[in-house]
Amino acid sequence: MAEVRSPVERPLSPHLMIYRPMLTMMSSILHRITGAALYVGTLLLVAWLVAAATSPAWFDLVNWAFGTWPGRIVLIGYTWALFQHMAGGIRHFIWDFGRGFGPVAREVLTQASFVFSGALTAAVWAAAYFLR
Amino acid sequence: MVQFTLPKNSKVTNGKVWPHPHGAVNLTELHVYRWNPEDGQNPRIDTYFVDRDDCGPMVLDALIWIKNKIDPTLTFRRSCREGICGSCAMNIDGTNTLACTKGMDEVKGVIKIYPLPHMPVVKDLVPDLTGIYAQHAAIEPWLKTVTPPPEKEWIQTHEDRAKLDGLYECILCFCCTTSCPSYWWNADRYLGPAVLLQAYRWLIDSRDEYTGERLDHVEDPFRLYRCHTILNCSKACPKGLNPAKAIAEIKRLLVERQT
Repeated sequence: MAEVRSPVERPLSPHLMIYRPMLTMMSSILHRITGAALYVGTLLLVAWLVAAATSPAWFDLVNWAFGTWPGRIVLIGYTWALFQHMAGGIRHFIWDFGRGFGPVAREVLTQASFVFSGALTAAVWAAAYFLR
Repeated sequence: MVQFTLPKNSKVTNGKVWPHPHGAVNLTELHVYRWNPEDGQNPRIDTYFVDRDDCGPMVLDALIWIKNKIDPTLTFRRSCREGICGSCAMNIDGTNTLACTKGMDEVKGVIKIYPLPHMPVVKDLVPDLTGIYAQHAAIEPWLKTVTPPPEKEWIQTHEDRAKLDGLYECILCFCCTTSCPSYWWNADRYLGPAVLLQAYRWLIDSRDEYTGERLDHVEDPFRLYRCHTILNCSKACPKGLNPAKAIAEIKRLLVERQT
């Protein structure tokens, strides 16, 4: 009778660590990260509104915290995350109609989402500083 | 399940650096994934130098040259050497493609070669595709009808036949399926791009009479809807097909069916 060999435990071939970063793959990951970041950003917005409803002292404190340099960087990040997630959502909406899957279209759509979010973030903050 | 790192038995180590071929001047360096089920070691990366003046232009030519001239134990699948059988699908220079249609000149610097990603390895560059084949069989990729067969063939208009273009050319190499991060994390339940493209190929075949049942089969949070339009599949396909678009079309068919 042939010798019975124990089954070999096969290794798993390398995946994420060896795959070349693709633009659409990176933007998909970014869509999830910005989506998660929006939860935190929304909490900041809620904190601001709750402070406004509580007392002038609390409102001043939160306003001050948001006005510091770290606070502003977080808010700019939140604005960018909002626009980037929105652009990604619009892109998914187009893809849901079966459009924009061509080799050129899918890259242009993804590049456009980055231009869109960068430009709108810059525009909103430029307007905010200008109107102040 | 999402697991970004490799299990302990799969961690890749540095392997052997094979000597330069004697008298060669025009050399290309290849780093190749090796795993031998019989030596009890972890996978390793071996370094080979190919004499380009003695070897064909494609990556597959280099692998065959190594097997013939340097290391006969190097194991990989190949058959047609012209991009129609799908056997030599592997990860070359960071993307999945066919070794026979990938030119060595297309790669800058060292050519890194791995098996198709996130698959159990049988040996060296040979992945175990049993799971994908089972998923392919599960969508019943053949014509299904209830009406009695006609005297001759099932008739189809030219327009209906044209709907199969861009789908029937799939050679089942699974470059797309194994390029998909969503498939990496959910291979047990998500069908993956290649199988879904095949599912769509039968869904829109005018001769098939089981469209409803086919849609029922794929309408599932995991089987179909794990596609998050990452699009690695369409970029990887060595035949230039568009699995991501086919999946989007299945989703549209399901929406249209509800209204």
